[in-house]
Amino acid sequence: MQTFDLEVRGLRALNETLHAQAGNTNQTVWEVINAKGSHAIAVGLDAPIEVNVKGSTGYYCAGMNSQATVHVHGSAGPGVAENMMSGTVIIEGDASQYAGATGHGGLLVIKGNASSRCGISMKGIDIVVHGNIGHMSAFMAQSGNLVVLGNAGDALGDSLYEARLFVRGSVKSLGADCIEKEMRPEHIEILRDLLERADADARPEEFKRYGSARKLYNFDVDNAAAY
Amino acid sequence: MCGIVGLFIKDKSLEPQLGALLTDMLVTMTDRGPDSAGIAIYGGQSENGAKLTLQSDNPEVDFASLAEDLGKAIDASVTGRIIDTHIVLSLPADKIAQARLTLPDLRPSVKFMSTGETMEIYKEVGLPKDVAARFELSGMSGSHGIGHTRMATESAVTTLGAHPFSTGLDQCLVHNGSLSNHNSLRRKLRREGIQIETENDTEVGAAYLTWKMQTGSSLGEALESSLTDLDGFFTFVVGTKDGFGVVRDPIACKPAVMAETDQYVAFGSEYRALVNLPGIEGARVWEPEPATVYFWNH
Repeated sequence: MQTFDLEVRGLRALNETLHAQAGNTNQTVWEVINAKGSHAIAVGLDAPIEVNVKGSTGYYCAGMNSQATVHVHGSAGPGVAENMMSGTVIIEGDASQYAGATGHGGLLVIKGNASSRCGISMKGIDIVVHGNIGHMSAFMAQSGNLVVLGNAGDALGDSLYEARLFVRGSVKSLGADCIEKEMRPEHIEILRDLLERADADARPEEFKRYGSARKLYNFDVDNAAAY
Repeated sequence: MCGIVGLFIKDKSLEPQLGALLTDMLVTMTDRGPDSAGIAIYGGQSENGAKLTLQSDNPEVDFASLAEDLGKAIDASVTGRIIDTHIVLSLPADKIAQARLTLPDLRPSVKFMSTGETMEIYKEVGLPKDVAARFELSGMSGSHGIGHTRMATESAVTTLGAHPFSTGLDQCLVHNGSLSNHNSLRRKLRREGIQIETENDTEVGAAYLTWKMQTGSSLGEALESSLTDLDGFFTFVVGTKDGFGVVRDPIACKPAVMAETDQYVAFGSEYRALVNLPGIEGARVWEPEPATVYFWNH
C-alpha cells in the first residue's frame, strides 16, 4: 500500500500521482492522510485503484471518477462524486450538498446523511444513502437509482425524468411531477442488488418507489402553473 | 463567497486561547474572502460598565485625548484603549446613548463599530492574516467570538462594508450570501427611523434585526421573521452576550459546518476551518438544517 501525506506533498502532487496510474498498475491501494477538509481530493481518477482517504474532505472529492474506488473515512463536503462516470465512492460519514450531482454511472454510498440536492440532475449513477437526504434531492434527475434508507426532505424529485427513487422512511414533500409508483418485481430486484452492494441492512420490501408522472417533459401551456 | 467562523467556549480553561483558535480559523478562510476581515470578541467586562468601540482612518489625530474630551462632554468617567485603527472606550452603560449623539460633533470622521458590556468589534480592509495581526487577535481571550472574511459582491470594499455588523448592545451579525431586496428594505427601515450608513446588503440585514428587536421581538423571533422578510441567500451567524445563533435561508446553498465537543461549539463555512481545534477528531460534526434557528447560550 502507498501512503500519501497530503499536508506534506500537496494536492496537485496527489492528483498527478493518482492520474499517472495506468490500468495495469501494481500500486493498486493508496492511503491519503491529513486530508483536513481539503478540496478536490482524488478528482478525475481513471484507473482501477483503491484510494482510502483518512479524515474528512472539502469540496468536490472524487469528482469525475472513473473505475476507481474512493473510500472516505470521514465526512465529505459539497459536490462529492460530482459527475462520476464509473467506479465506487464510499463516504463513512455525512455528505454535504449536491452529492453525486450529474453522475453518469458508478455507485456512491453515503453511510451517514446527505444534505440538500443529493443526486441533482443524476444521469445514470446509483446512490445509496444509509441515513436521510435533504431538500430538492434528485431535482431533474434523468436516470439511475437513488436509494434512501432514512427520510427525504422537501420537494423530492422535482421535475424528475426517468431516475428511480426508493425511500424507506418518510418523504416531507414531493416536488412537481414526482409521484409514488407501484413497486414491481423488477424494482425489488434492482433494490436488492443495490442494498447488498452498498452494505445496507434493509429489505427491499420496506421501500416505496417514486418516479416521474411525465407531465412536464415538454412545455404545455396547460401545465404552466406547475413549472 | 465569504467565510464565517465562530467559536463558543464551554470549558473555561480554553478561554485564554479563544483569540488564537479563532485567528487560525479566520486565516484558513482567506480564500473564501480575501477583501477584508473582522471579528467580534466577547472578552472581559468593561471597568466602567460598558464599551464603545470606534474606528478611525486617522487614529493618531482622532484618538488623541478622545476619552478625556468625551468624558467632559458627557460628564462621566471615560477611559480608552487604542488598538491600531480602533479604540475601545470604557464608560458607564447609561451614558452610551449620549456618547453616540455627542461623538459626531467631537470627532466627525470616527466610525462606530459596536457597543456592549463585553463585545468588541474589530474590522478592516485587507487579508485576514494582516487584519488579525494589526489587532493582535491571537492574544485575545474571551468566552466566544465570531469572525468573517469578505469577498465583496453587493457593495464596495470598505471598513464599514466589512463584517461583523453591530445590531444592538453586545449583538452582532455576520453574513455569507447576498440579499436581493436590500434596497427596498433599506428605504422602509430608514422611514422607520433606523440609521443605515452604507449601500451594503448585510448592513440592511443587521438593521432589520435591530428594528425587529426595537419593536418587541426577541433575537430568536427576529431571526425567524428574517426567513420571511429577507429575500436572497444567507447563512447568518449572530453573536449575543451569552452565546451565538445560526440561521440559513430555506435554499441553504451557502455552506455551513458545526462541531461540538465538551469544550466548545464551533462554526465554519467549511470543515477546513475546524481541523486544528482541540479534540476535533472526536467532535460531533454536522451541517445545520435550512430555515432552522439554532442557539447556544452559557
